[in-house]
Parts: sequence; structure tokens; C-alpha cells
Amino acid sequence: MSKVKLPYLLLLPGFLFLFTFFILPIANLAQTSTQTPIADGDTGQYEQTLRFSNYLDAFTENQEQFARSFVFALCATVLALAISYPLAYAIAFKAGKLKNFLLVLVVAPFFVSFLLRTVAWKQILGEEGFIVPSLRTFGIISESTTLTSTSFAVIMGMTYNFLPFMTLPLYASLERIDPRTMEASGDLYANGITTFRKVTLPLSMPGVVAGTLLTFIPAAGDYVNAAILGSPNTRMIGNVIESRYFKIVDYPTAAALSFTLMVAILILVTLYIRKAGTEELV
Amino acid sequence: MTDASSATRGDLRLTRITKTYGDFTAVNDLTLTIPEGSFFALLGPSGCGKTTTLRMIAGLEEPNVGSIHLGATDITTKRPYQRPINTVFQNYALFPHLTIFENIAFGLRRRGIKNVDADVNKVLELVELPHLAQRKPTQLSGGQQQRIALARAIVNRPALLLLDEPLGALDLKLRRQMQIELKWIQREVGLTFVHVTHDQEEAMTMADTIAVMNEGEIEQMGSPADLYDNPETAFVANFLGQSNLIKGRIEGTDGDNLVVDLYGQKIGMPKNRSHAVDNSIYAGIRPEKFRISLVGTPTRGNTLTGGRIEDVSYIGVSTQYQVMMPWGQEVMVFEQNDDGVAPFDKGDEVVISWEPNFTFALRGDEDAEAGTEVIPEDLDEE
Repeated sequence: MSKVKLPYLLLLPGFLFLFTFFILPIANLAQTSTQTPIADGDTGQYEQTLRFSNYLDAFTENQEQFARSFVFALCATVLALAISYPLAYAIAFKAGKLKNFLLVLVVAPFFVSFLLRTVAWKQILGEEGFIVPSLRTFGIISESTTLTSTSFAVIMGMTYNFLPFMTLPLYASLERIDPRTMEASGDLYANGITTFRKVTLPLSMPGVVAGTLLTFIPAAGDYVNAAILGSPNTRMIGNVIESRYFKIVDYPTAAALSFTLMVAILILVTLYIRKAGTEELV
Repeated sequence: MTDASSATRGDLRLTRITKTYGDFTAVNDLTLTIPEGSFFALLGPSGCGKTTTLRMIAGLEEPNVGSIHLGATDITTKRPYQRPINTVFQNYALFPHLTIFENIAFGLRRRGIKNVDADVNKVLELVELPHLAQRKPTQLSGGQQQRIALARAIVNRPALLLLDEPLGALDLKLRRQMQIELKWIQREVGLTFVHVTHDQEEAMTMADTIAVMNEGEIEQMGSPADLYDNPETAFVANFLGQSNLIKGRIEGTDGDNLVVDLYGQKIGMPKNRSHAVDNSIYAGIRPEKFRISLVGTPTRGNTLTGGRIEDVSYIGVSTQYQVMMPWGQEVMVFEQNDDGVAPFDKGDEVVISWEPNFTFALRGDEDAEAGTEVIPEDLDEE
């Protein structure tokens, strides 16, 4: 076999897989997004009319859900980062022999189904859970306040569900830092906070970027958390797409919304990487 | 340059320092004064406590017992960033995300100095790498990184510069070159250098004063020549160069000399070169101090007869002989190859002789092998 052909041959299985399960569906989605209902047809029968204003209609009708998706995803990402960074830092530098055990704990939730874990959160935050009664006892929330079916519950659910995607890349990038660079910083007149700001944080930026992307992107498109932990008032764009597809059988609008979401995420991510990549870290 | 240490200057004094890790005593009741302006080396094998000592001076470890003073200031419990002390780390620990310029400026900026250009450029000139200011550390060779690590430390003009095996990662040729350069820079900037190494040749090349450490304690301290010519313990005798240690007894005195019996043969040596506590001693002679002659030829000084050459190794500058003595001990003899040929062959019956003044005496109850089995281990282990 010639040397030139071998790499292509190795690429072939991956290419075939992606072509069948990614490129073809995307192309199908693209052509669905500009269809219109057949005049005398049944529900769910559409024909191609290249009606690009489907996009504008879909967007204007669901601006609120779009905005909510990004706000919720942003909140969940920021919360996950705030929880994960100290956790990953402790595992990387302070855990000693417990390091591997703690990493297993971080991944452990994956052993239980995503849906099941989200339903569990419904119980934790529910009336019969221990949190609501405790908060009421201490007077932190009023007797009439509930935690389920709120934005709070949806954001907490997303934070929890995507936490490992934040923690693992953060850990990987913190663990690669030579502890001597932090010692050197202390040696060169930087106190603990300055060392963190000038050395540890900049050196862990690859992990921060990877972790925030791996959390934000799936969170922005998520519908499970909003469906289980939220209410009609906390619907995210994922829920809209889901109901358009499976309940209303409005394929073109669902497809247009999917594409709009994809493009919006792509633009945001590109801007973010540009900013994080060229930021003056000194 | 901008001084990090105007307030605290002076000698560094470690007083009765002990540092333990669990059951392991890394440093044991160590007392040491490092004079201001000196090039001081802590020399010893891996695990002898030298790096721990350095880290306690830097503030990266805290002693369990004892105090550290810099001049009149007690710095025992001060944080690293509160000490006018900078370190050249083993493997350099340069900041990979900063340019060379910003690496060097780091300490100055932390001390709130706004205009750092002049200081940084000056120190870059000193290490002869001004053209690399805008590079990142990974773009530099090992030798260049080493110099930048040095520049990053000395730009702060610390009261004390600590060097932790700074040349360990360089190849032999570069290491020799950097040894001379470091010594020159130390004279140039006039700072106190404390250098930790397991390489006795490196310590001897650079330092004014060497403290030889073993198992958490200082075995002996002095100038390189003192330590080499007149070691006080078997460990120092064997760790710094090589020594022939021959079991003997002090039989009496003869003026300023001792008369020593080595397996029935009498030799003389100066009294003041004996570190023995009683009559039982090891007589020590460096291999290059021995002379070999064939039986029957005239000799000077101390002589030991009955030797037979067991092995001859020609190594260019000298020839190394293993000579079997009548009592069953092999001694080493290094002869300069002044005339270019090895005049003795394996199996020759020989007499060895040396100047009495080159003899030193150690306690007879010492382990004559101490310090010989020490092989420089992987540097990162310590």
C-alpha cells in the first residue's frame, strides 16, 4: 500500500460515520427549514418553497426563549466555574493520595442516567425535600415560596449536570502547571493572591476556556432541565424546538430555530475564543 | 539596579535548625553562618538535606526548630515574598506564559517599580541575551533558560541569591562554561550566592566556602583546598575526590610529628593534621600524592613496601594504578603522565612513597567506606 493512501484509509470510518450521522441530517435540516405546508395536505406534510422568512418568523416568535437560553446557560457556566475551579485546584495540588479517588467522584454521576439525576433534583428542591423546609425554618424563604418550577431550579440543574465537563478540563490544565512556577512567583515578591492572578490563573486559561465551552454550548441547547425542573415560564429554546418537532409537527420552524441556535452559539464561541486567546495576560 | 534588600543586609545565620518529615529527619540541629558577599556551596549527596536547607532559607519550608537570621532580622517565619532572597530554581521554573522580558521584570513589578526597562535591559546584557527579550521561555535552549532564571533573580539585587542545582540539567561542556560564568557574575554583582549541588567539582570550581552535608548535618566546612587537603571525616575524604584510608595506630610523637604504625611499617605525619580522638586511626593519603617506584630504587618521605600492581588504567592526563598491599588492601595511585608513557606494568613489585605533610588522620572508628557509595541520583528525587 502506498504511503499517501494510508492516512485517507484511516480517516474513512470516521468520515463515513460523520457523513451519515452529521452531514446528511444537517443537509436535511437545512432544506426542511425553508419548507411550507402543502396547501391541502395533512398535518406534517411540507413542500420545499425556499421560504427564508421562516427564519425571521421563528426568531421573532421566540426571542424570549432565545434570550432565556443564553442567560440560563451563562448563569450555569459561571456557577459551574465558581464551583469547579476551587475543586479542580484542590484535586490538582492539595489532594495527595486522594487525587484519583476524587477524580472518580467527579465522574461518578455519569454512572447514573442523566434523566434520573435531573428527576432526583426535582425531589431535592421539592416540598418533601430537606432544603425547602430548612430554608423556611430559618426564615430565608417565605412559607409560600417554592423552589421547583423556577429559573433557580433550572439553572441549578444545569450547573449540576454539566459540572464534570467544567471540572475535568480545569483539572487537566491545572495539573500540568509546574508547582515550581508558583514557588518562583512567591520567591519573586508575589503574595498568594498575586501569584494566583499572575501565574496560576493565566496558566490555567486553556482549561477555563475548554471548560466554559463544554458547559455553555450544551447548556444553551438543553431542554431536559427546563422540562423537568422548570415551568412554562422558564422554557428555553430547546423546549420550543422539541415541542415544534414532536408535538406541533412544525418541522420547518423547528429546523430554522435549530439553525439559528447553532449560528448564534458559533458566533458567541468565536468571539469568546478570540477574546480569551489574545487577552493580555500580564 | 533596584535593591530588594536595603533594609536587611548582612550575614545569614542558621541557628540550630531541625526539619523533619514524619519519621525522616531531613536537617538535624544545623548551625551555619554564611558571610555576606561570599559564594557559599552546600555540597552533599541526594537526600542529605541540602535542598531542604535551601528551601528553608527561601521560606518555602519552615523549620520545626531553630531560627534563621539575615543580618539582625529574624526571617524564620517570614513568607517567601517577604524575604529579600531570590532563588534560581532547579529546572528554572520560568513563567511559560510570559516573555523573557516580563519574566525578568516580574519581581520588580511586584515590588511596585514602574519603570523596569533599564534594570531588565541591564541584566539581559549581563547574561548576554538582550536579543531574546520578546521570546517565550519554551523558545530558548536549556543554557539560555538557565541564564534567564539567573537574570530574573539577580535583577532584584537580593541580599541572598539561592541556586538550587542550577546547572544540573545542562550537558557537561555547557556546565563547565556556566560555572566560570556564574563565578564571574557573582564577583560582578557582589551578591551573596548560596549554591546547592551534589557535584563536588562544581562546588570546588565556584565556591569560596563549602559546607559538606551528610544525613542532615554538616560534616565539615571550609575552603575547597582545606576540605580536599585536610578532610576531617571519612565521608568528606571520600565524597570530595578519592582517598586511600589505611588502618593504623599512633605509636608516639616526634617533635611536631606523629609516628604512626601501618600494618608494621612506620610513617610520620604532622600532629595538626590528625582528627583522631585516640590512638586508633585511619591514615589518609590522596591517590595523586603517592609515588610509585620499583623495589630497589631510592625513595623520599614515607614509604610502604610490599606492593604489587594489580591494574593499570591509562586515562591520558594521568595513569591510575591499583596497588595490592601486603595486608590485602588495594590502594589507588594516580601518576601524572609527564613523560608520556606508563612506566609500570601489571604484576610489578613496587614501593609507594609520599611526603609526610600530605597525610591526614581520621578517627579509627569511622566507616572507611562512607561517602564512596554515593552516586549522584536523579536530581528531581530530592
